[in-house]
Amino acid sequence: MTDGIGARVARKEDKRFITGKGKYTDDIRMENQAYAAFVRSPHASAKVTGIDASAAEAMEGVIAVHTGPELKADGIGDIITGWAITSKDGNPMQCGVWNPMVTEFARYVGDAVAIVVAESQDLARRAAEKVSVSYDELPATVFADHALETDAHQVHENVPGNLIFNWEIGDEEKTDAAMSGAHHVTQIDITNNRLSPNAMEPRSAVAVYDEAEDHYTLYTTSQNPHVARLVLSAFYQVAPEHKLRVIAPDVGGGFGSKIYIYPEEIACLWASMKTGRSVKWTSDRSEAFMTDAHGRDHVTTAKMGFDADGKIVGFHVDTIANIGAYVSLFATATPTYLYGTLWSGTYDIPAIYGTVRAVHTNTVPVDAYRGAGRPEATYMIERMMETAAREMGMDPAELRRRNFVKEFPYQTQVLLQYDSGDYDALLDMAQDAANVSGFAARKAEAAGRGKLRGIGYSTFVEACGLAPSAAAGSLGAGVGLWESAEVRVNPVGTVEVLTGCHSHGQGHETTFAQLVADRFGLPIDSVSIVHGDTDKVQFGMGTYGSRSGPVGMSAVMKALDKVEIKAKQIAAHVLEASEVDIVIEGGEAKVAGTDKTMGWHEVGLAAYTAHNLPEGMEPGLKETSFFDPVNFSFPSGALICEVEVDPDTGVTEIVQFTAADDFGTIINPMIVEGQVHGGITQGIGQALHEGVVYDDSGQLLTGSYMDYQMPRAADVPSYTVSHGCTPSPNNPLGLKGCGEAGAIGAPPAVINAIIDAIGTDNLQMPATPQAVWTALQSAKMPMAAE
Amino acid sequence: MNNVKMTVNGKAVSRDVPDTTLLSEFLREDLRLTGTHVGCDTSQCGACVVHVDGRAVKSCTTLAASLDGADVTTIEGIANGGDLHPMQAAFNTHHGLQCGFCTPGMIMSGIDMVNRFQADGKDLTEEAIREELEGNICRCTGYHNIVKAIEDAAGTMADMAKAAE
Repeated sequence: MTDGIGARVARKEDKRFITGKGKYTDDIRMENQAYAAFVRSPHASAKVTGIDASAAEAMEGVIAVHTGPELKADGIGDIITGWAITSKDGNPMQCGVWNPMVTEFARYVGDAVAIVVAESQDLARRAAEKVSVSYDELPATVFADHALETDAHQVHENVPGNLIFNWEIGDEEKTDAAMSGAHHVTQIDITNNRLSPNAMEPRSAVAVYDEAEDHYTLYTTSQNPHVARLVLSAFYQVAPEHKLRVIAPDVGGGFGSKIYIYPEEIACLWASMKTGRSVKWTSDRSEAFMTDAHGRDHVTTAKMGFDADGKIVGFHVDTIANIGAYVSLFATATPTYLYGTLWSGTYDIPAIYGTVRAVHTNTVPVDAYRGAGRPEATYMIERMMETAAREMGMDPAELRRRNFVKEFPYQTQVLLQYDSGDYDALLDMAQDAANVSGFAARKAEAAGRGKLRGIGYSTFVEACGLAPSAAAGSLGAGVGLWESAEVRVNPVGTVEVLTGCHSHGQGHETTFAQLVADRFGLPIDSVSIVHGDTDKVQFGMGTYGSRSGPVGMSAVMKALDKVEIKAKQIAAHVLEASEVDIVIEGGEAKVAGTDKTMGWHEVGLAAYTAHNLPEGMEPGLKETSFFDPVNFSFPSGALICEVEVDPDTGVTEIVQFTAADDFGTIINPMIVEGQVHGGITQGIGQALHEGVVYDDSGQLLTGSYMDYQMPRAADVPSYTVSHGCTPSPNNPLGLKGCGEAGAIGAPPAVINAIIDAIGTDNLQMPATPQAVWTALQSAKMPMAAE
Repeated sequence: MNNVKMTVNGKAVSRDVPDTTLLSEFLREDLRLTGTHVGCDTSQCGACVVHVDGRAVKSCTTLAASLDGADVTTIEGIANGGDLHPMQAAFNTHHGLQCGFCTPGMIMSGIDMVNRFQADGKDLTEEAIREELEGNICRCTGYHNIVKAIEDAAGTMADMAKAAE
């Protein structure tokens, strides 16, 4: 079966994208289209004392200007968070109130104050500049490690000391005892730099209100249209769920940033009703930097204890996580259940304890960004291993091997139970591919050119397909984390798969079709995948956290099981054979051991003509399934980076990058490799280039691609990617998820390589030329004093 | 308002446009050629690259009014009927796209660099491709497969040029 599971099938969806016929939200234009622009706070912290929109309203072509208090007066609800965290003292978390548009206080630069609706986008933007807002400026709290200080401005009245929660995980007493008995303790103080997701398609929304039907349609750049509809209905009271259709058409990348339901979508829907016009808003890149949820932003102190043989005896972590001005949808789960639960890494650690203090600041909300918590955990653990190995005079790879989890399932000290893996095998594979034995020669050769060459490791395990729903619920989740699928066999035998997942680059139209092709031996072109429209597809949870494979495809497999059973019953009846003798393959239903067959299309036709079905069988061939996994799946990997640092300039060049990953079963290796390449590049971006910078007053200094350095083609090498396979026992296909692995594993591999090159670990991300040069100088200073 | 006459994808067009209309807006809003994308506002990302008189140009920083008499080609205009341009085909074969948003600009830049290098008789190496992509940002692919696609298409385009001689 050439199009089946494991085949390197070229993508079906490509044609529209390579010919310019993709249909993204901003490509949609309704009849009588009006356009929105937002008036935004230029201050990080201010009280709005007056809004004068008269000059804007007087402009020809301006339809309306509406403000936060009006929106609130119309009963539109406050923006919610989806996961309740309990502090270690047993108290519930304290979150500041998030009005979709400012009612009194603006709390970050970019906080929406008013919406302007006009006949053109250009006019709406010009009119927004004419809205005069009076502000009383207030002090601002900006940085995670300052938010808890007594002199920090309190961002929200109801959140004392800016502390949203102080969460703990693990066994404190056991860990303290282990640490005090340790032969060696390594401490690191690190930051995980704040990032802007930067999907290339800016967010966009087209809201259409139909007064006759009292019905709303929202076209939007969403990774999860059903979740958007649910939240917009149940919590924001924009419209009842059955009166709101959400469509996420082609979406140009997400990386987490398009999970959330932002103020702009709410305001556009509401403004559509207020004005009786279809209202479209499309972010520009500057607005994206100011308003798209950021990622990461941790400050951490971690201590790891070792025995005399280099075996880890205990691990202690203390993190402050910057949540920003408001608590976004998954903002509380990310630095807790997606972070603390991964603190065991790939290692057998007998005692772990740590706390996470989440804080409000006057910055844009921070939420899940590619990897979400797991990159932060991996970066901390893998930098720890590098520093510890140096302190103990051990080879960093050997220290890792000595501590690897070797038997599965493995119960960590921080809730999770790893399903399967072979971490030694992955490290072997990566070391072979990277030709580690030749490194010394390469280093010597580089030295001859005046370059400092270094090698850095990262081994990681992560958790995909957050599950099961009941367990997540008991930990505070506000939603279930299953997925749905409907498989429709048409009367002519073609197949439609309706999935609650959403593709914004992942290639579902190809890989999901491969499942059907594999099952029934059908050509992939006779299968189509339907997603992204709440009127077409049954409720589903969308795509994030590498869940489309382990959870979404599993739902498809369950539905295919049901279809197969019914198809066999129909074929057995028509062919007058026993159901157990029917085999479906090569696009036919066959009676095993005979020459009796019927084409797949004939099975479909028989199901819908219903002239000759088994007694009591309902007509049709269409099945629905919901899949709720019994556990996460646990992809893992070993990454090796080689860099050359120019000691005169501090410029780091990545000269070789090798990844060996275990994603369990792979449906389409070409697509999986593409996910790894992209993830690694985002990881390299975090390590070397990217960093959101606010100044002390909360002004965003990195507001465009002139200031925020995205990794470009010449910044990265071609990658060497290979795969091991220990199938996950937690889903029917043994899938583990591959979307985030690169972004999770890459940053510490890069930084550890630089540390190896320059001989000091006094380095934070992003390791810009200035940062590396400064670290090099500080490392030289003791020598100068000698 | 300026009356602008240009050829877009081989068709003559004439429109009255305000002085401030960017070529990207003109293509997307006036001509409804929405394959040309806008991913930033500082002329950095390259999602908007089109060809003007045979040269790659960022349409987000070009005024439509300045292009009277120009010959413009967009992503919608490079396939020959049902036959994809070799650069389009190579992006599909090598998985050089994921979300597809930067893809039109990548393909237009790719064609432009291949044409320039071939005209100059220069070898389009991997290093050269990466340098040439300085003005095109992709967040999905990590560039690995984009580079492979352009390398492959360069070979096909060279063969086609030779065959046409």
